[in-house]
Amino acid sequence: MEMPSPDPGVLARKHELVERLKRVLPPEAVIHDPSETRAYECDALTAYRCPPMAAILPGSTREVSDALRICSDLGAKVVPRGSGTSLAGGALPTEDCVILGVSRLNKVLETDYENRFIRVQSGRTNLSVTGAVEEKGFFYAPDPSSQLACAIGGNIGMNSGGAHCLKYGVTTNNLMGVTLVQMDGTVIELGGAHLDSDGLDLLGVVCGSEGQLGVVTEATLRILRKPEGARPVLMGFDGNEVAGACVSDIIKAGVLPVAIEFMDRLCIRACEDFAKAGYPDCEAMLIVEVEGSEAEIDEQLETIIEIAKKRNPVELRESKSGEESARIWLGRKSAFGAMGMINDYMCLDGTIPVSQLPHVLGRMGQMSKEYGLDVANVFHAGDGNMHPLILFDANKPGDLEKCEEFGADILKLCVEVGGCLTGEHGVGIEKRDLMGHQYSNADMEAQMLVKDVFDPEWLLNPAKVFPLSTSLSRREPIGSVAA
Amino acid sequence: MSRPKSMLKPESESELRGIVAEASGPLRVMGGGTRPLGAPVEGEKLTTSDIQGIELHEPDALTMVARAGTAVADIEEALSMERQRLAFEPIDHRRLLGTSGTPTIGGVFAANASGPRRIQCGAARDFLLGVKFVDGRGNLIRNGGRVMKNVTGYDLVKLMAGSYGTLGIMTEVSFKVMPMSRAAGTLLFRNLSDADAINALSKALGSPFEITGAAHVQKEVGGFQKTLVRVEGTEKSIRYRCEKLCGELAEFGSCELLFDQDQVTKIWQDIRDVAAFENRDGDVWRISVKPTDAPGIVAGLNDAEAIYDWGGGLVWILLSDKTGINDLRRSVIAAGGHATLVRGDATRGAFQSAPAAVAAIEEGLRGKFDPRGILNPGLMRRTA
Repeated sequence: MEMPSPDPGVLARKHELVERLKRVLPPEAVIHDPSETRAYECDALTAYRCPPMAAILPGSTREVSDALRICSDLGAKVVPRGSGTSLAGGALPTEDCVILGVSRLNKVLETDYENRFIRVQSGRTNLSVTGAVEEKGFFYAPDPSSQLACAIGGNIGMNSGGAHCLKYGVTTNNLMGVTLVQMDGTVIELGGAHLDSDGLDLLGVVCGSEGQLGVVTEATLRILRKPEGARPVLMGFDGNEVAGACVSDIIKAGVLPVAIEFMDRLCIRACEDFAKAGYPDCEAMLIVEVEGSEAEIDEQLETIIEIAKKRNPVELRESKSGEESARIWLGRKSAFGAMGMINDYMCLDGTIPVSQLPHVLGRMGQMSKEYGLDVANVFHAGDGNMHPLILFDANKPGDLEKCEEFGADILKLCVEVGGCLTGEHGVGIEKRDLMGHQYSNADMEAQMLVKDVFDPEWLLNPAKVFPLSTSLSRREPIGSVAA
Repeated sequence: MSRPKSMLKPESESELRGIVAEASGPLRVMGGGTRPLGAPVEGEKLTTSDIQGIELHEPDALTMVARAGTAVADIEEALSMERQRLAFEPIDHRRLLGTSGTPTIGGVFAANASGPRRIQCGAARDFLLGVKFVDGRGNLIRNGGRVMKNVTGYDLVKLMAGSYGTLGIMTEVSFKVMPMSRAAGTLLFRNLSDADAINALSKALGSPFEITGAAHVQKEVGGFQKTLVRVEGTEKSIRYRCEKLCGELAEFGSCELLFDQDQVTKIWQDIRDVAAFENRDGDVWRISVKPTDAPGIVAGLNDAEAIYDWGGGLVWILLSDKTGINDLRRSVIAAGGHATLVRGDATRGAFQSAPAAVAAIEEGLRGKFDPRGILNPGLMRRTA
């Protein structure tokens, strides 16, 4: 993975930078010893590593602002970091950067059930937001798989999704406001406890900007009352296409389940071996979950089962109890772990129009044969967000490269059929060089204009999202680099 | 309303690009011209209403792609054939503003126009999946796409929603559509004070019963006040939830349950379109605040009448006494919300003042997307 060469001028001023940062941050919050900065050398895309020049862990908006002003003064690049769970390399450092970690910003600032919001600091983990409100029966809806560890700040940076987006939307639909610190240290408030923007929707463009527009220190999030109950039905089919068609039928019929999860044969088998969930031996499986009171759940599941029966399922298992529900979900929830037991894998994240599901699954099968690499599918079928897992052997020379090439081909296919490169993981460095397949130069130029306004010097996480050649003139204006 | 002859009516993206690239002065950009919101703009009139047509409707993918000038009515008709709808329930401004013409889907998104169901399912901006627009130089730009989950690059889709044509002129929009509910039911409480009404609505919205409308009409013609809670779903399910809600809200008095579909539809259409302020004298303000702050703000105004939607988070105010404007602005700003003038003299700006750093970002963005300042210049001007 190509990364920009470090700025020698900045590296030479490391000592000065560290000393100035120590004046505004507690000493333990400024990490600069190479043995310690190593802890920040990568995120969850572990194939790429690079220790940063320094890492800082500010404990307040004020400290973030002071630290950014100093970095800005010295022309040091800053890479914001949530919990480092990005699968796209969003928090990958460069040698000349300062990692700004939000882990010390983990407080709940305000909980308001009457107005249904919670205000937290951005280092708070996703699951602990729900944890803070669940005793009153509330929850925070976006639920990325990494929710035990991932930080709200990272969720905002990547506009994270989860399994229940079909009904509840992704981060941007549940985010009401942020406190944002710009690279020059300016602190601004966008949105708040009210709905809709009072001018341009700056909150909307900040969410999902991968830490390139500012550092979010606080967030106001919408909380919802938990439904009375939820129960899934498991369906097995003898072909991917039939399962895909069943998804279409359900959606077209006007039922809106809270989740529709899809697994193919390879994945079903791996999960079954790993978790012993009692999954059927079949080509494709759907888990469809609905919410409401007992009677409402019965009514919806009846409709869904009625629809599914027309597709001749080989298995139909309606959960009647909490125990049965847990068993149905058990395998799905352990899918990534199960796949990891049998192989190294790369997890992709393209989205396609739901109508293209059968076609894309068929094409992926052909490509799998051409590349000689297996691909397992487990994904959120209701919204078309696919997570093909390409299996490879990290110890076999050339396999990783072949796998990456296969992955790129799958993502190009997603774009070709009307979808996109990434549904919830973000571009980071992983899909940076594929951006040109989805967007024209004019399209990317328009996006970069936004960064020009928020961060004119291009110091915040600059080597991400856009192909390096596309962003070059902004990152390294002629005459700017010290000899 | 007859249009002056000078109205520019491009029929295609390429024609529009040419017009913008060659424009020698400001353009007053609009869709159907039914939502003249913001400050008045001097400029040659340009409408996108001839760039029209539904390009794609995939009922099983819950998506539609349409050119910006497509009439909202045409879209709703196509959707209803598949028992689908625009779930965010866009307000039709014609009754409130006394305008005529045909609302367009581009106009809906340019104004981020949402209705009562916004409280449950999100605003217009939450449903917009992709845009094509022509910027102030005449470049055609695409952002987003037609799938529900998409985090590829920056979300300019959100930036375009509610930008009133000041950053670019939308030519095509793709958006998420939703299944129509089988039925709707409404709880009706009478004679609640504003504060009690907002409490009742908060309680309903904090219940597990998926409220899709929560409104309070302060002074309904006929002398009584109405507080309304809507649920939607199958007939069995809405009856169950309405009865549960009646029980949970018993402290606010007895309530009537309305299940007549025509009556329920009419009630919520009137709320959506702020019908109570139609043909009434006075300025109309749209206030967005934390719901529990709303009754206090309203109580502080003289000669004002309020309709609360979104559980109190949206307040429409009819203000007969213009001297109350400063009080209104001050109390809304103090509460951390915002007030926008929707009907009245907006020469000095319809939008609320913003901190300098935020205003600078907005100006910066306009400068980048429309460097000559020709797209609805000043429309989103903020009051000083």
